[in-house]
Amino acid sequence: MQPINEMNLEFISKSNNESFARIVAAAFVSQLDPTVEELADVKTAVSEAVTNAIIHGYENTTGIVKMNCKLYKDSVEITITDKGKGIENVELARQPLYTSRPDMERSGMGFTVMESFMDKVEVFSEVGKGTTVVLYKTFKSLRK
Amino acid sequence: MQIKFSNRGTTLIASIIGELDHHSAEYIRQKIDNEMIKSTNKNVIFDLSKLSFMDSSGIGVIMGRYKNIQRLNGKMAIVNTNAQIDRILEMASIKKIIPVYEKLDTAIGALQQSVR
Ligand SMILES: Nc1ncnc2c1ncn2[C@@H]1O[C@H](COP(=O)(O)OP(=O)(O)OP(=O)(O)O)[C@@H](O)[C@H]1O
Ligand SMILES: [Mg+2]
Repeated sequence: MQPINEMNLEFISKSNNESFARIVAAAFVSQLDPTVEELADVKTAVSEAVTNAIIHGYENTTGIVKMNCKLYKDSVEITITDKGKGIENVELARQPLYTSRPDMERSGMGFTVMESFMDKVEVFSEVGKGTTVVLYKTFKSLRK
Repeated sequence: MQIKFSNRGTTLIASIIGELDHHSAEYIRQKIDNEMIKSTNKNVIFDLSKLSFMDSSGIGVIMGRYKNIQRLNGKMAIVNTNAQIDRILEMASIKKIIPVYEKLDTAIGALQQSVR
């Protein structure tokens, strides 16, 4: 299926860019005119994936985080990629409450939040190469 | 993002205004912990009624403060009116251990009751 619109964003792994990335994603998606709640869902999921890239992928060193957004008639697909350290066991990482950094007051709920606010979440990761997270959501308010 | 403090007896009211994510979490954490060093502060109310966004970094901040406060036998309550934030509090099972109210006055009343 061909997207009706698409955009790419690249930024360095600075924590200031967490709000920048989620606001850009929400602004782009708002072209479809979903509800305020649906936009908040997208913002939250993007914030989780971008934060993970910055704190776990690059562990607060400098690297590039990429975001690609594809819009369809009533849905969105957002891909967030880092070339950081990667995830050894993706299945374990996706478990609610699992965190590799309890020392940093992380709660291990990021993937659970992404899964619950979006329809589907795919994770591709290789140790030493990086991580790609794909977020899918259909806007039910537009399904008429 | 901004944090404002006020006091009611031994209860510290921390009102967080704006967005709470990983970027702003460190600042919020430091500010609250600084206030809690003061011996007059025993209980904490997190007033999130002016918070427009929170992700899982907020869970870390709230649970971290909760553990500190509990160790000193203090109580905690949350004031929240935002549906997105409510879902996150629910998901992280925070609502099972920390009472959440829609109004600040109710939260203050409930804390004072349970302290007495
Ligand atoms: N981009 C990434 N690169 C490397 N490791 C990652 C990445 N994303 C997630 N992880 C790993 O997966 C774990 C779980 O991620 P999740 O977002 O669910 O929890 P968290 O980030 O540890 O805590 P929280 O999101 O609640 O603050 C992380 O602790 C980390 O080990
Ligand atoms: Mg996370």
